[in-house]
Amino acid sequence: MQQDRIRNFSIIAHIDHGKSTLADRILEVTETVSGREMREQVLDSMDLERERGITIKAQAVRVPWKGHQLNLIDTPGHVDFTYEVSRSLQACEGAVLVVDAAQGVEAQTVANAYLAIENDLELLPVVNKIDLPQADPDAAATEIAELIGGDSQNVLRISAKTGQGIEEVLDAVVERIPPPAGDANAPARALIFDSSYDQYRGVVAFVRIVDGSFRTREALLAMAQGTRFEAEELGFFSPTMTAAGTLEAGEVGYVITGLKDVSRLRVGDTLTAVANPAAAPLPGYKDVKPMVFAGLFPTDSDQYPELRDALERLKLNDAALVYEPETSQALGFGFRCGFLGLLHMEIVRERLEREFDLDLLVTAPNVAYRVVTIAGEEVEVHNPAEMPADIERVEEPYIRASIIVPKEYVGPVMELATERRGRFDHMEYLSEERAVLIYELPLAEVVIDFYDQLKSRTRGYASFDYDVIGFREGSLVKLDVLIAGESVDALSLIVHRDSAYGRGRALVDRLREEIPRQMFDVPVQAAIGSRVIARETIKAKRKDVLAKCYGGDITRKRKLLERQKKGKKRMKQVGAVEVPQEAFLAVLNLNENGK
Amino acid sequence: MSGVRHLYVHLPFCAHRCGYCDFVTVVGRSGQHGAYVDALLAELELERPLLADRLETVFLGGGTPTFTDPAELRRLLHALPPAGEVTVEANPETVTPKLARLLRDAGVSRVSLGAQTFDPNLLVVLERVAGPDDVRRAFYHLRDAGFDNISLDLIYGIPGQSAAALDADIDEALALGPEHLSCYELEAKPGTRFTYAHGEELARQAEALEGYFERVVERLTAAGYRWYETANFCRPPAASVGRDLRAQHNLAYWLGRDYVGLGIGAVSTVRGRRWRNTPRLSAYIEAAARGETPPREVEELTADVVLQERVMLGLRLDEPLALAGLGSVLDARAVERLESLELIARDGGESGAALRLTPRGRLLGGGVTAELLA
Repeated sequence: MQQDRIRNFSIIAHIDHGKSTLADRILEVTETVSGREMREQVLDSMDLERERGITIKAQAVRVPWKGHQLNLIDTPGHVDFTYEVSRSLQACEGAVLVVDAAQGVEAQTVANAYLAIENDLELLPVVNKIDLPQADPDAAATEIAELIGGDSQNVLRISAKTGQGIEEVLDAVVERIPPPAGDANAPARALIFDSSYDQYRGVVAFVRIVDGSFRTREALLAMAQGTRFEAEELGFFSPTMTAAGTLEAGEVGYVITGLKDVSRLRVGDTLTAVANPAAAPLPGYKDVKPMVFAGLFPTDSDQYPELRDALERLKLNDAALVYEPETSQALGFGFRCGFLGLLHMEIVRERLEREFDLDLLVTAPNVAYRVVTIAGEEVEVHNPAEMPADIERVEEPYIRASIIVPKEYVGPVMELATERRGRFDHMEYLSEERAVLIYELPLAEVVIDFYDQLKSRTRGYASFDYDVIGFREGSLVKLDVLIAGESVDALSLIVHRDSAYGRGRALVDRLREEIPRQMFDVPVQAAIGSRVIARETIKAKRKDVLAKCYGGDITRKRKLLERQKKGKKRMKQVGAVEVPQEAFLAVLNLNENGK
Repeated sequence: MSGVRHLYVHLPFCAHRCGYCDFVTVVGRSGQHGAYVDALLAELELERPLLADRLETVFLGGGTPTFTDPAELRRLLHALPPAGEVTVEANPETVTPKLARLLRDAGVSRVSLGAQTFDPNLLVVLERVAGPDDVRRAFYHLRDAGFDNISLDLIYGIPGQSAAALDADIDEALALGPEHLSCYELEAKPGTRFTYAHGEELARQAEALEGYFERVVERLTAAGYRWYETANFCRPPAASVGRDLRAQHNLAYWLGRDYVGLGIGAVSTVRGRRWRNTPRLSAYIEAAARGETPPREVEELTADVVLQERVMLGLRLDEPLALAGLGSVLDARAVERLESLELIARDGGESGAALRLTPRGRLLGGGVTAELLA
């Protein structure tokens, strides 16, 4: 296809503003999918995505429109995948920015719009859901115009649900979004904007050809990682996989690589031909590093091998997931896993539990810390239990958060951000009613229940997005929990010095409630180094024996003992103290909920 | 193989079923006392091959054995094989001078009197028929008839029972000078009428009640009684002309001896096999009439289960438990842990191969045993 007849675009939107429905409608209107084949949200192929209303893996679909080839590139819809979103956007020349006519602009609308602008995309603003009774298309259009500039009259008004305005959107894509501008005669270069794993075909890369062209059976090279492979098949989705002998400059498609490990082909890398390699890769490749870490332990220690196998299989499809074996004296054998963010963690956990039928105990999440020891050594710490003792200074990751709220909730949001060590950057009004607040916050303060708090303090009206902006030094301490004098590794936390006391007190109180009384007094302490900052004692039981035991009672008594024994098997031994798994769960929950 | 030396006979009849009771009891059906005794004796004949020629103990429990029609009770007692210790359980309101005489004449050597409490209000809570004076009167009738081995049953932890009320009960019991005392914490079993009525009150009292067991032990040992089993106390030999006043029949259970039980709901354990008779009176009587053993639930005890029970029961006693042969069922690391917590102690002796619970270990005997068993 001639480049001037190609349009590559994405749809970007806040969650539930109708991105997937619009994509479905486009497939229908362009007759890519017949009405009979149509099912809801064709592009969201995984169950999990469907349920959460988000899309984890981007795909690209080729649709014909009035003699043009349109490539619709689906972007992941959440903060944790900002980098993937930005790579998907880099594969486009334009984006349809969808805003719900009843909700108006939300945090992800803003974040995605800025990402699109950074990538020099032509933005095509659209107000969706105009069929809703509570829709206010003019107000939403005004907010969009405020956000991206331009005239609110030029904002399209559609209903993806009813199909109203879809053709106008497609016409505007052709008219307003520029064609790709690569050099068809230069050495071949393609941007990998997503990849996925198929158990029979190996890694499948989604690519945007920038310069030159690629042929089936050609030897290819991923320039940043140096991975070589043969292009087993080239093609595009329409919406099913359709093989094509070549992919040319400006086109979007897939490459079946036969590689058995997704981590060998990272999003953002540049493909070129081994025979005639490009001089330089496309700009912008980053090795994405996990920022949030947590221990995953099977509640039934016999499930450890299953957990290991399950992680191996998930990793095939999720290059961002990292893990390494971890042994906790309290929780047994498990894995310390690294995630892009909290949602990523939640998704991994749910998939492990749902698809692999595992029962998991997840420790409180923490962030990656950069620690400089007194000896001047620099280490990255992913687990509070591994914090060195001789610390010169600790750096923690910071984010730049944008929070959009109706103006009456500006106060509560500022209060929350301040409690979480936030540094106010600035505030703008999107409209008379709504403001966007920009804060810099330690990521550690966000991974623990920030989002829930934000929602509850704004009655669900706030929307939130963030970017990691780097590491900064913090006044951080390691808080240990000791049960009967034994430090419990799984409960160690790294906290800001100012909140150490409150956190320690809450942990100790909760453990006192959750740990059953033992046959001896059990002190429960929270300590920073050797200094105890909170203490409670679980008083010993004074009586634990059945009064009567005669000839007729013996079997019953024995069975009671057997049950008591079985109960103990589910306990985790911390020194001489038996701690029920539920106690750890409750305390870990406390960390999540910050109660 | 020597015969079984311990015989239990269950007499289930009661005037009234107390709310907290979970024994096999029969209320009413007074016309059936004769038929039941016939059936007991028929079962005795069927089981006689298991029994030794000379029994060490016979125990008549209930129900309320002394509520049984006196003529039938007498007939039964005379028909049972003689034994060194013959115990009958009695409820205070049933003990008349005449009944005391009857028991004595029929060879009964020991009476276990179900006093439960001397507090009139608490007796009402327990739905006992007797009043406090009935308890005292019954005790003296038994003494007058010549009984020199009387045990009192007390229940503590009754809903509404204060610590002072517990002390008062112990004072009352001690004033009577019984040879033996059994003190049970009230067990409010889930699903019973009693728990339905009093469960909330008990939950409210729970913290205070925890100290009552300790208090009972303190008071009775201070008064010179030997705390020889978790819930049982007796005068020591020195205070009773050298007699061993422990309940010999129950001691047989705790030492893991074989026993035969006759009657509805009665349990027997003989050579690794345990069986329980049907709790249904009619089924029991009908089987006996056909010359058959009553319907039974049978449990085969594996060698390990026998040893586990040996530990579970033996640790209820104040005598050290010999460890020889118990290695397979004990958790050696738990032994060490519990020793360091001073809940158990190894008894030196020659081999050093015995275990006993420390006084605090005995208060926590259930948990300690669960921990000790591998």
